[in-house]
Amino acid sequence: MKFTLAWLREHLKTSAGIDAIAERLTAIGLEVESVQDRAAALKSFTVARIISAEQHPNADRLRLCIVDTGREKVQVVCGAPNARAGLIGVFAPAGATIPGSGMMLKASKIRGVDSNGMMCSASELGISDDHEGIIELSGDTPLGASVSSAMGLDDPMIDVSITPNRPDCLGVHGIARDLAAAGLGMLKSGAVEANPGNGPCTVDIGLHFEGVAKPACPMFAGRLVRGVKNGPSPDWLRKRLEAIGLRSISTLVDITNYISFDRGRPLHVYDADKLRGQIHARLGKPGEKLLALDGNEYAVDMADCVIADDNGVLGLGGVIGGMATGCGDATVNVFIESAYFDPLRIAATGRRHGIGSDARYRFERGVDPQFVLPGLELATRMIIALCGGEASNVRVAGAPPAEREPIEFRPERVRALTGMNVADAECVRILDALGFSVDAETRPMEVRAPSWRPDVHGETDLVEEIARINGFDKLPATPLPRLQPVTGLSVSLPQNQVRWSKRVLAARGMMEAVTWSFLSTRMAKLFGGGAPELTLANPISTELSVMRPSLLPNLLAAAKRNAGRGFSDIALFEVGPQYAGEAPQDQSTAASGVRCSQTTPRHWTKTERAVDVFDVKADVFDVLEQLGAPAGKVRITADAPSWYHPGRSGVVRLGPKNVLACFGEVHPAILDALDLRGPVMAFEIILDAVPLPKPRNSTARATLHSSDLQPVTRDFAFLVNSSVTADQVLRAAAASAPDLVTDVSLFDLYEGERVGAGRKSLAISVTLQPREKTLTEKEIDAVAESVIAGVKKATGGELRG
Amino acid sequence: MTDIEARAREMLNAVHSASDMNALESVRISVLGKKGVLTEMMKGLGAMSAEERKIMGPALNGAKDQLTAAIAARAQTLQAQALNIRLAQERIDISLPARPEIRGAIHPVSQVIDEVIAIFGDMGFSVAEGPDIESDFYNFTALNIPPEHPARQMHDTFYFNEKPDGERLLLRTHTSPVQIRSMEKTKPPLRIIAPGRTYRCDSDMTHTPMFHQVEGLVIDETAHMGHLKGCLTEFCKAFFEVDNVRMRFRPSHFPFTEPSAEVDIGCRRSGGELRIGEGEDWLEILGCGMVHPKVLQHGGIDPDKYQGFAFGMGIDRLAMLKYGIPDLRDFFEADLRWLRHYGFAALDIPSLPGGLSR
Repeated sequence: MKFTLAWLREHLKTSAGIDAIAERLTAIGLEVESVQDRAAALKSFTVARIISAEQHPNADRLRLCIVDTGREKVQVVCGAPNARAGLIGVFAPAGATIPGSGMMLKASKIRGVDSNGMMCSASELGISDDHEGIIELSGDTPLGASVSSAMGLDDPMIDVSITPNRPDCLGVHGIARDLAAAGLGMLKSGAVEANPGNGPCTVDIGLHFEGVAKPACPMFAGRLVRGVKNGPSPDWLRKRLEAIGLRSISTLVDITNYISFDRGRPLHVYDADKLRGQIHARLGKPGEKLLALDGNEYAVDMADCVIADDNGVLGLGGVIGGMATGCGDATVNVFIESAYFDPLRIAATGRRHGIGSDARYRFERGVDPQFVLPGLELATRMIIALCGGEASNVRVAGAPPAEREPIEFRPERVRALTGMNVADAECVRILDALGFSVDAETRPMEVRAPSWRPDVHGETDLVEEIARINGFDKLPATPLPRLQPVTGLSVSLPQNQVRWSKRVLAARGMMEAVTWSFLSTRMAKLFGGGAPELTLANPISTELSVMRPSLLPNLLAAAKRNAGRGFSDIALFEVGPQYAGEAPQDQSTAASGVRCSQTTPRHWTKTERAVDVFDVKADVFDVLEQLGAPAGKVRITADAPSWYHPGRSGVVRLGPKNVLACFGEVHPAILDALDLRGPVMAFEIILDAVPLPKPRNSTARATLHSSDLQPVTRDFAFLVNSSVTADQVLRAAAASAPDLVTDVSLFDLYEGERVGAGRKSLAISVTLQPREKTLTEKEIDAVAESVIAGVKKATGGELRG
Repeated sequence: MTDIEARAREMLNAVHSASDMNALESVRISVLGKKGVLTEMMKGLGAMSAEERKIMGPALNGAKDQLTAAIAARAQTLQAQALNIRLAQERIDISLPARPEIRGAIHPVSQVIDEVIAIFGDMGFSVAEGPDIESDFYNFTALNIPPEHPARQMHDTFYFNEKPDGERLLLRTHTSPVQIRSMEKTKPPLRIIAPGRTYRCDSDMTHTPMFHQVEGLVIDETAHMGHLKGCLTEFCKAFFEVDNVRMRFRPSHFPFTEPSAEVDIGCRRSGGELRIGEGEDWLEILGCGMVHPKVLQHGGIDPDKYQGFAFGMGIDRLAMLKYGIPDLRDFFEADLRWLRHYGFAALDIPSLPGGLSR
């Protein structure tokens, strides 16, 4: 919402300057987006006369001018075709900043001739697009005068951002009322005197909403003004509209635009001679079309409220008028429409057709229903004053919506909700200044909201009005009292698990990424997703159209992008949501990662190697162990999802159903689909599936039992069938003497000629920890025998000779 | 006698001239070994007269001590020489690069969430969560945004396809639905923050279709806007790690709070750098207000008994302001160069007593 200071002063008697006004506007909730003070920008620009203009010695198109600035005579090189002796124009001295270009003017030589300033065009001043020639001012303009005052540019323009609840401030009068309530001046009366009509309005009007539950247009008023003379608007009106970025069209149209911004009251004017029969509001009919004032043709919807006559649709009511019946220079008889439309229907129509007019903007937020007639009278008055003519009587169809119920108001609620100490009397004063009627004698008080405040429904709305006018700077900053004892946790254990998993993976050398929650359907399908119920109806692009079933596809795509930037050894992880379905419980938090190419960059010690499954297995188990999962109780099965290499992947399970994690080499077909070079390893840990550590009874750790007796280590090599897993052998060995065996580890794996096809050799190291006394050779041998027997029984493995 | 002295001198010379440990050992054996010269001479003592022995005994013993000491000394010298030679040979180029270890990093979004939790945790807030895929009720209706409210158009909402029963799920446009979910779950007093992913159908220089917000909610019988101001002032000081921060509460409008405010913090922009807390410029950082009675009702809380405030701010934006990160879109690019530059070490765990950042 834009307006100028002078415009505001027509509604507000105030001595406040532009800065104070801007500051107060923001302070009461009418946020100032910008203040354009051209007087400040054009401070050094003065009125000057060209004394002589001669041909530049070295350039055909340039002229050498001597300019009288009123104080001195300076030489200026000018390229404008209209530069001539006697012209009075705008002079910018060296050092001035040209508003149109933002360039600072310097004294310079142009084609070898000194130039000490510039004669300016309108576009250089930033006041219009006209750059055909330099500005020509009337001959009586005093030399040396400030350009902004000489040209009437000294009225600062203010642009405020109005929140959608304040349609009353989409007119200058409403803004003035708020400022007056906030103590910045006195609101001038906005009352409009009625214009006596001279004879009946020959244009009939009507409302046709038979069978429509909520009338789209509850009230329609109009009148005819005969014998007007339309044409260019007077200077003041044209300048006022241009100052806020509107184009002046003709006096009749400009008047409606002016009232729209002056009072927040949109109107429409028709060339009465182009109308046929009754002008009425009704819903659209199938097949109806409208060629609108914006030059576009719209297919009218049956839910649109239209204004129509016998010939058909004249306009989309409250949104846009039609080309055919608009006012032009030839208009002699004008019909003025002032109506009230249902805000919701206006919003729907505007949205449906994509029309963002000033009228829609106001009607959909809610204009003052009690200002239908005053708006019509104001327009009549201006038309008669500026275009002449004679007004008919007013015709009215329908009535404004019923007045709302009064609100019970307890002034102490202002104190309770805001902490600000505002006296009852001040509460009443503020409400009164904002146009509310207050019965302060009753308790609670009875308050009626003015008709221009559709946003006010209840007591808290009143509290808000009082608080904002009283000023949020008076809110007493008060610390929150302590609520809970220091032992109260702000982060729950599951939430902490999520946080820890990130730190564990980062400590393992992986980079945390945050990638989109959505991806392309093609990618989703590769990872078991892409269900219709997880597909967005209005995605921003096909690449971001469906909720991700796994974090891996986006991480792999990120790896691919980084590979494209020249990185090869990539270790990326993300901890975030993945979606198995649309229900809240279908969203789970995963800690997933990818590792590509080599473990480390090439190094002279040759320590680098290709990443393999056991790197990501280590990632998975490190996270699980650090989160306190019972890593010893998990089973690894070889049935990982389809995006993993079927022979080089595993699923970490706790019990038959609970999958904690998957890991493995990414399936070559997936890498092909992503155009990513292998090897690439990946893992996914479902953090929600990881059981929480048992709640502790005490912070004390279990007692440490460390023996003084030396542990004994024995090595065994077993020949087993290839199908036997290392895990089976290790578990069998550990179980063979559970009291003594404290550790079993695998230190060698051999498959090859020496053991024959279909077989492999697994060498394990078994550590025995004697508890009470040193083990004798005989006892050690006995344990060794039971290890061998145990492994043989469990796996069929033989001790390798 | 002179013979012994001469022989001893000869033997000492041999010791001194032994050029390595092997040569020294040969000299020792030739002198002090079982058949060594001195050993043989000492064996002759037994056959000597007492007189003779009285002279020769000490002389030979003296020579033996002298030689033993000389051999030990020579051995030490030779060992030192040998070690020096070995050390000289073992010299390496210590400028060779050490074995590489790849360093991980925490994303600024995670770090800032941890910082925010540290600050509000200290004020007694606990962390609450809600799903990304929300119902119309939680995202709009319960927050006093009725179906035709213009705010629904202000939020450029991602919708899922309409279901046969007419329900249309959506991606939450803000973290505010967690307000309702928390009220439904917990009786007042209530103090929660809810960080999380949010989505809007928007993509340009300063908007991404996904971003992060943190919601705050306080409900009890007395919390008022002064508390809101106090709480947010404390937060801003702690978060931006400045002793003082200029703040401005501006009246604004949100359907789910009333009165509503937008909060600006003072800042200064000079030469591409942004200083928070000082300077004449204002920077909008969050929206807040007193929870609207209708929202309390939707959350199952009696607005005649309870009241409170809510606030919401952009985590990515906080990260950009605090750490001088220029472009929001880079947050979600997973560019290793960016992650390395703007990321945080795994051990940089923010805490109030230890400092939020280093």
